[in-house]
Amino acid sequence: MRKAQTRRAPSFTARLTALVTLLSLAVLPGVAAAQGTLHIITWADYVPADVAAQFTKETGIKVEVTLSNNEEMISKLRATRGAGFDLAQPSQDRILGPQQEFGIYKPIDLTKVRVERIQPDLLATVRRNATVGGKLYALPYVWGAEGLVVNTQRTKIADYLDLCRADLKGRTSVRLRRPTLMAFAFAMGKDPFALYGDTKAYSALMDQVGARLIACKANFRFFFDNRDQLLNGMRSGELHAAMMWDSGGWKLARENPAIKFIAPKSGALGWLDTYTLPARGKNEAAAYAWINFTLRPEIAARIAKNIGNFSAAVGADKLTDPRLRAQFAESFPGGFKDVRWYPAIPPGLEELEGRVLDRIKAAK
Amino acid sequence: MTAVDLEAKSLLKRFGSHVAVDSLSFAVTRGSFFSILGPSGCGKTTLLRMIAGFIGPDSGDIEIGGRSMQGVPPNRRPVNMVFQQLALFPMMSVGENVAYGLARRGVGRAEREAKVAAMLERVGLPGAAGKRTDELSGGQRQRVAIARSLVLEPTLLLLDEPLGALDLKLRERMKIELKQLQAAFGTTFVYITHDQSEALVLSDQVAVMNAGRFEQVGSPQALYYSPATPFVAGFVGANNRIEGRVSALHGALADVTTPEGWVVRAQIQAAPDGRRPSVGDAATAFVRPEVAVLGRTAADLDRPTIAPGDEAAPVHEGVVESLLFDGANSAVLLREARSRAEFRVALPQTGRYADLKVDERVLFTFAPERAVCFATGGGGTGGGHG
Amino acid sequence: MAEVGSKTTRLLLLGLLLAPALVWLVGVILLPHLDLALLSFRERIGPGEFSWSLAQYRTFFAEPLYWDVFVRTAVISVIATGLTLLIAFPIAWTIAKLTRGRVSALLFAVCLIPFWVSETVRTLGWMILLRETGVLPAVLVSLGITDTPVEMLYRDATILVGLVYTSLLFMVVPLYSSLESLDDSLIEAAYDLGGSGWTVLRTVVIPHAAPGITAGCIVVFMLTLGNYLTASLLGGKNSLWFTEQIYTQFITRFNWEQGAAFGFLLLALSSLMVWLGLRLSGQKFADVMSRT
Repeated sequence: MRKAQTRRAPSFTARLTALVTLLSLAVLPGVAAAQGTLHIITWADYVPADVAAQFTKETGIKVEVTLSNNEEMISKLRATRGAGFDLAQPSQDRILGPQQEFGIYKPIDLTKVRVERIQPDLLATVRRNATVGGKLYALPYVWGAEGLVVNTQRTKIADYLDLCRADLKGRTSVRLRRPTLMAFAFAMGKDPFALYGDTKAYSALMDQVGARLIACKANFRFFFDNRDQLLNGMRSGELHAAMMWDSGGWKLARENPAIKFIAPKSGALGWLDTYTLPARGKNEAAAYAWINFTLRPEIAARIAKNIGNFSAAVGADKLTDPRLRAQFAESFPGGFKDVRWYPAIPPGLEELEGRVLDRIKAAK
Repeated sequence: MTAVDLEAKSLLKRFGSHVAVDSLSFAVTRGSFFSILGPSGCGKTTLLRMIAGFIGPDSGDIEIGGRSMQGVPPNRRPVNMVFQQLALFPMMSVGENVAYGLARRGVGRAEREAKVAAMLERVGLPGAAGKRTDELSGGQRQRVAIARSLVLEPTLLLLDEPLGALDLKLRERMKIELKQLQAAFGTTFVYITHDQSEALVLSDQVAVMNAGRFEQVGSPQALYYSPATPFVAGFVGANNRIEGRVSALHGALADVTTPEGWVVRAQIQAAPDGRRPSVGDAATAFVRPEVAVLGRTAADLDRPTIAPGDEAAPVHEGVVESLLFDGANSAVLLREARSRAEFRVALPQTGRYADLKVDERVLFTFAPERAVCFATGGGGTGGGHG
Repeated sequence: MAEVGSKTTRLLLLGLLLAPALVWLVGVILLPHLDLALLSFRERIGPGEFSWSLAQYRTFFAEPLYWDVFVRTAVISVIATGLTLLIAFPIAWTIAKLTRGRVSALLFAVCLIPFWVSETVRTLGWMILLRETGVLPAVLVSLGITDTPVEMLYRDATILVGLVYTSLLFMVVPLYSSLESLDDSLIEAAYDLGGSGWTVLRTVVIPHAAPGITAGCIVVFMLTLGNYLTASLLGGKNSLWFTEQIYTQFITRFNWEQGAAFGFLLLALSSLMVWLGLRLSGQKFADVMSRT
């Protein structure tokens, strides 16, 4: 007999967390009263120190940053049921599923945001992917695209499948994450996004992609986990080509002209990171203040420069580093049209992809 | 000619600048109980460990059973050792302990068990093979330690103060047991100790060791009655020590006068180099407590029986300092009237003088032939008070 | 009456003394484990909806991948524990028996030095040393042993090196304390009775040090089994470490139910190995724990 259990039933840890929180509130009365601190969980480089300092100067709100990535952000928020942070910055495709599953975010109140400062097409993309139950759960922050980084002195490549060429054995790298599955699916001439609704067909496709990557495994020197690991591999010459996102690729290109970041023939995958409000964030006012502050064109431009990507704020483009714009033009001759955005991932697909990734990892 | 089981030839061992064993040569005859007696730090442990093979000499050689031990490791020497703390293997039963050496020699299981049982029987522990070592009493543990070594039928058994850890009563009993075991097995025992009573009771031959050298090697009686050096006289048995200068010579006797003017007459012992004291030399006299006779009046001192020689033994006067009652070993501690020096006199077994009082004046005397004196000049043992 | 009163006071005192340990035990160990246990017996049947099931455990046994990684982790951990023992024993012996005072303190410090930096830094150090463009391959080329730099990372042997390095101290300490308590005269006696170096080791030293050996092996085995960083960084694309699977399930797959089940399987494995280890070495748990 199966007894249905809903997520509403608080777990032991949740009770314990609540207890500890209550106790700490009782013991430290000053803490909760502050309009004082904004807790942000985000990616590296997303909150430049000088921007945070200026924000504190203008508003009196202190900024505390926790560095993370998509999966960790979601896991941490899931563990605390959306508490502990006032602002999180996951990618736009990773909002719908976790929200439906775990309820870790709260809707954005658009009346509190200077919506006119956001580029409309990017806002539209986010609206499409991060609306749950008619409510919008995210706003666009920064975007970029994933493609290939290649050391042109060592080799020439045009698409993801070239990473599997025999002459590149042990000289390439990808992440063992879902973007790699998507990229290889497109490179194999398939459209995984079109199959999001058909679990069976999607599963078959993923098995196919998995088999292709397993056949290619000898070519991968390692699966990289963080940006620096890949950058060091390219710098040292241990790697000749790899799947990488634009900012990392351009950073390498600035250091070594022989290294180029290119959009693959099958199309670059666009990522778009957002502002979201964790469900039980305590300092909502500060979060909105921060959103509006960082949407100012000159601030947005500074942030974009710091990350090496593009801001979603109107007018920031004009202030963007000209060299970065030149690199963008070189990598994406077709401009925006070359970039393919991730649609929101329906719940359950990631578990299926996970098993494929595990199998790749386990393959000899 | 008696066979020699152990012979040391100019054995020398240094630790840094300290000479632990100083060019020592000696021989131990087969089947004898040979003790090395000395205070701690005299080098006796180093000597024993060199014989066992745990440390090598800087120079010189050791022969065991006529074979040179140069380069022979301890596990290949026909020598076994009983350690100070016995060193029974706590993780093994009594039987396994005794069988240990046999197993190392590759003796088969059945033969091993038979030998172990027989050996345990011989040392008076029949049927103890299955016991744990911590179930045994101290004495039984010692017998296991000896059995463990003797079952290998070594040429030589070394014993490193094995009685040191036992209480007095048990020590007395184990002394007798050791002696009986040695007699029964006929193995040559080399025994080191700092306890002169153990050495005297157990041994056929005793070497008194001091500062890396043997002061004297001889039978217990020889050591006791004719010590060759002041050190032996002071170390073996109780002795009253009187230091002064030679004031007169009477043939084999000499008068030793303390700075306070107390005159003690004693037999002259030649130094190892043959030197004899002459008048004016610094000298030390030794008088054993049991040699002296006590009396309240001069009449009590029946001099003819005390001093059968030509000359009457001098009479000394003292004040009772304290009474040391110890059964058969009871004594009285006097202060000699002139020098205020301490002097110990054994109380007669008859119980006479048991009623002496502190501060009571008494007379005492001894036969000069039974006391000894040595020339101690030239940086010897504290010659003279000047 | 006074007797009763003092007894209550004593109980109260005892309670107070035990309170921190109890809070720790219940709050930080017991409750989360209970929660995890409950979690591992759930299955997602719809968005935010769960039911009781054994599906997570079924997946483990049905998917050969998980089972393979599980076994591989156990086997490598056993090998790493054995290697650590082999390397730590002479070190512990040297510290306990051959050196005194400052020299042994120095040797201890040498074993301790790796722990002055975090595990990440330690592991990155190995990566700098062993990577193709790293120190060791360059040395090998300059010595003429290899023609071109060889990639030394991402091999099982590399994982082993890292694991042994990380575990060494945890083996040396219990070994040291058990060897130190071994009376030198026992060794001499065994030698004197005709034992050779090897038989003395086998018959006297090892039986005496057995509780320390078992304690060290248990600690090292559990550390190794639960290691995450060393295995995943040095093993690279082929690390296949079970804790990595747990991390992946929890963090990247959001599949807490599967992760919890894996966690319990790992707990079962380490308990089983500890039990086996105690069984094989004939040690009692309490004796061994007093050594750690």
